[in-house]
Order: sequence, then C-alpha cells, then structure tokens
Amino acid sequence: MSDVQLTAAVPAVATTGAGRRIGRVPWGYWVAWTWLGSVVLAALFAPLLPLWDPAVPDYSNVFGGITPTHWLGGDTLGRDTFSRVVYGARASLLVGLCAVGMGAVVGGILGMVAGYFRGRVDRILSWIADVVLAFPGLVLIIAIVAVLGASLPNLIAGLAILSVPTFIRLSRATTLVVAQREFVQAARAYGCRPLRIIAREIAPNVVLPVAAYAFIMVGVFIVVEGSLSFLGLGIPPPTPSWGGMIAAGRTELLRFPHISLFPAAVMFLTVLSINYIGERTRKQFEVKEANL
Amino acid sequence: MTDTMPVGATGAPPAPPAAPTGAAGPRRPGRHRHTARYVRARLTHLLLVLLAVTFLSFVVVDLLPGDAAVVVAGENATPEQVQAVRETLQLDRPLLIRYVDWLGGVLTGDLGSSFRTGQPVLEALGERIPVSLQLAVVAQLLALVIAVPLAVYSAYRPGRLLDRTTMTLGFAGAAMPQFVLGMVLIVAFAGGFSSILPATGYTSFFEDPLANLRSIILPCVTLMVAEAAVYRQLLRSDMISTLQEDFILMARSKGLRPRAILLRHALRPSSFSLITLSGVNLGRLIGGTVIVETLFAIPGLGQLIVQAVFNRDYMILQGALLFVAVAYVVINMLIDLLYLVLDPRVRRDV
Repeated sequence: MSDVQLTAAVPAVATTGAGRRIGRVPWGYWVAWTWLGSVVLAALFAPLLPLWDPAVPDYSNVFGGITPTHWLGGDTLGRDTFSRVVYGARASLLVGLCAVGMGAVVGGILGMVAGYFRGRVDRILSWIADVVLAFPGLVLIIAIVAVLGASLPNLIAGLAILSVPTFIRLSRATTLVVAQREFVQAARAYGCRPLRIIAREIAPNVVLPVAAYAFIMVGVFIVVEGSLSFLGLGIPPPTPSWGGMIAAGRTELLRFPHISLFPAAVMFLTVLSINYIGERTRKQFEVKEANL
Repeated sequence: MTDTMPVGATGAPPAPPAAPTGAAGPRRPGRHRHTARYVRARLTHLLLVLLAVTFLSFVVVDLLPGDAAVVVAGENATPEQVQAVRETLQLDRPLLIRYVDWLGGVLTGDLGSSFRTGQPVLEALGERIPVSLQLAVVAQLLALVIAVPLAVYSAYRPGRLLDRTTMTLGFAGAAMPQFVLGMVLIVAFAGGFSSILPATGYTSFFEDPLANLRSIILPCVTLMVAEAAVYRQLLRSDMISTLQEDFILMARSKGLRPRAILLRHALRPSSFSLITLSGVNLGRLIGGTVIVETLFAIPGLGQLIVQAVFNRDYMILQGALLFVAVAYVVINMLIDLLYLVLDPRVRRDV
C-alpha cells in the first residue's frame, strides 16, 4: 500500500464496499428498495387500489396516450396500461418468487445431502443435476406447457424444476466447505445423527449464500417469464403479464411505442433493483479490497 | 481435508466432478496416468449424462399430447390412413424399443429423417448448426473482448470513474431482457430511426460475407450485452482478490510495470470462473437462442427445436436435442481440461 504510483484509492462503500462501513449506504440502494417495495405492495394490494379493470377494453382509449385518467395510456384494446402493469406485477412476482422458492428449498436440501454424505448419493444427485442442465430448458418448459396446459402453476413448476440443479450445485459446494469446519467435526464426534448435523450445523451456514443467489434468481425468472409470454408460451392472455404486454405492443412499436415501453421499463427497473440489492447484499459477506 | 475427500483412486465408477482444486489425494508418481484417469472418469460420466438426456427427451416427446400419427397424417385423414402412418413411422412399438433402435441408428451415423418433410435429420441439423454456432461464438467473443479489458482496468483502479461507469452500465445491461433489447435495437437501427442494418433474416457467410456480418450484428449485440456485464463483474472481483496475493507483491517488489503484472501475472489465475461461465454460456447459446432467433427471424437450432416440438417431429427433435446435449457436455469437458492447462496446481492435484 505504500507504493504511491500503484496504490488504489480505496473507494467509499459504493464499489468495493465491504460490510464494515454499513453506515454509508449509497442513495441508489434506497431507491432500489423503494421501487421494489412499491412494486410488491402494489401487486399485493392491487384489488384494493382504485384502478381500472385490467381486463375491460375501452374503445375510447385504444392506443391512448398519457391522460389524468389513464396514467400510462391504453393498449391495443384500450385497456388501462397502468392497471395492467400493476396486475402484471402479480403474475411476474408470483412466478419468480414461487419458482425460485421451490427450487431453492428442494435444491438446497438435496445439495446439502449430496455434499455431506458424498459417495454414491453425491454421484447420483450430481448426475441428475447434469442431466437437467444438459437438457435445453425451453424444451422442458414447452413440453410441460404442452402436456399440462399453459397456466400459472405449470409455469412455476417448470421453472422450479429448471432451477433445482443450480441450487444443488451451489448448496453442495458450500456444504463441502462447511462440513470440514470444526463445529461440524465436533458434532460428529458427539455422535449426532447426520440429519441433525445437516439441519442444525450445516443448514444455517448454507442458507445465506443460497438465499443471496435465490434473490438474484427471482430477477432472472421475471425475465424468463417475460420471455416465455413474449413467445406466447407463458401466462395465457386475458391475465396481464409484463412479457405479454410487451409482446402485444410489438406490432405498433413504431407508431405507439409507449404500449411496449411502459411495461418494459417497469420490468427493467424491477430486475435492476433486484440485481443491485442482491449484488450489495452479496458483497457484505465479502471482505476484499485491492491493494495493487 | 484430504481424509474426507474420496478420490477416484479406487478405479471405481467415475468420481463426481468435484471442484478441480479440491480433490487433493495421495499423490502418485505418474502424472499422466492421473490425467488419463481423470479424463476417463469424466468421459464415463458424460456418456451416462448423454444417455439420460436422450432417453429423457424420448420420454418427454412421448408424453406430448396429441398423437403424432394424427398430426403427420393430417386433419382429414381416415383412421386407416392414420394407422398406416403409425405403422410406417413405427409409432406403435414400445418406447424402450424405439429408443434402443434410435440409439443403434445414432451409433451408425443415421439419425433418421423428419416425419414431416422426409428430410434427413443430419441434413436439417447441418443447415442450422453453423448458424447457431456462428451466433454463439461471435456473441461470446464480443462479450469477452469488451468485458476483459474493462474488468482488468476496473480491478486495477477500483472505484475510479471507469469502474463506476462500467458497473452502472453493467447493471443496466444485465437487467435488460433480451427481447426488449432486441426490439429497441431494431427500432434504433433497422427501420425505426435508421435502417442501416437489416432487421431480420440471415445470410450465409459463404454466400455473401458482408451481408452475413451485417445480418448478425444486431442479434449478437442483443445476446452479448448481459453477458459482457456479468463477465466484467466476475473477472473484476476475482482479479481484485488475486491482486492481494503474495506473488503479486513479489512482482511489484521486483519493479515490474503494472501492465505486466496485470496481464502476465494476475489475469491467468483470475480467469477460472470467467472461463467456466463463458463455457456454460457458449454451450447454452449453441443450443439455440429462441428469443433472438424469433425476433430477428434467424434460422437457427432454437427455432428448429421449437417447431419440432409443435409439429411433433420426433426425429428432428431427438437429433437436435442430442446435438445440444453433446455440445454442452463436450464444452464442459474441454473446460475441465483447460483448467489443467491453465493452472499447474490443478494438474498436480488431479
């Protein structure tokens, strides 16, 4: 650190920030939480809010611009874009949270089992994870949608299955490290049963990295759901979803860009907030600073 | 650490792909023998994965609703015609027998032909694979070319303007869904505000190299943006931790220039996660990028697969999935071997 020419000015929290200086939080962090909080609250309480019915066409509002009554204008059928964006948040968040939640729980547990017991269990689980990863995810989703029908629960199930292998790998890798620690050895020496060790000693140490990753995965799945709806494979039409709304405005993109633009912007800001918060949260566990 | 890590030293079934540096075991004299064993174990594992994937795809396809024979024979076919189609396509035989039959074909280089068009599967794949391959490779290269220098400089001067700017841009890029980015690019460059690039379509490189490059610019940029953002972030943080190591201090005390330290000493040991991730991404992209292909009307593997699912074109689907799985598996294996080349420590520990 003494070399003047090479010493990097250690910046404030924003970039390399370790958790030590939690006091100074960049304003972007609060903006991200505020945005995410409003989206979640709006989605939760959508039926209670004074919104237009998201499903009722209004022929006076077709391609409508921004007006005091229709804050974000109307879509190709004249439905209120603002109301549809709010209701679309329900679908997007529901898919993201449920799929990731299921994937994280199942994958996390399987990963701990694989990482703790090693041997045959590990081999079989790793193999299963590899098989699912080598299978193109989209085909699996299409197949599930085709077999069971396009619906919210089926979509969630499909995405959850796809996310399990990654969680298995993550939780397995973390478990391998944690299982070497003294307190685990001590528990083993006490004669604790393996399941107890996994639940009481290992799980608390695996939860954090898995949760941090899961948080970011919610953002990924919001995009995936959007992409599927964009392809016409997601949540079936009358239900509003961000991807579906963006796709619906595609034909009028040049004349009335706002139809696609507003849902796209909301989706973008939501995913951005999630990524930003996730990245910061992850960094708080990381104590690294450059000293070249 | 070593006593609890079972090493594939028993010669028994393939060791699971443990983290390469973690598998420290009793050292043996013949290094090459170890490498060979490692490769063999990986191969067995991968072969099993391939078998499972292809069988799984048979099952999935079989579960798809709607009788393939009805779909192929057409809506107005009589039951007799449907039955005839079913027999010609041998759809009346049990799943397992069809699978074994298909596997036999694969081993002799015969992937069958499309139920719909009668086109041999190999030929159909041959048309699509170069397209997907070009998109995938170009997009990956673009992402790396953009991300690596930015990451190296950001790690060298963290918190400076370039670091902060690229980080903000990276967050934006990573949060931008491909289909939105693609739409924006089309509006901006291909029809909306300007039409300097074609919005849709694909021209083969051998037909017209210039038109080919023009036709893949927008799709590749669409594919590349989010990846470049992630790569920069990943390499930057790995690099920052490498820069704290003793050998960097050593290099500095020898008076080496920062450029030499960064590029010759720090980059290689920092590149492992980056290589892993870009390998995974390359495998994924080669398997087709349905969103981008749909948006830009590019005849790649992704489109082929989706159409095959909807058309119940089993043979095409099986062949395409086989290729995707092989690509994924081979790339992963190559990356494992690349570790051996890049890092002597891994070579020793295998």
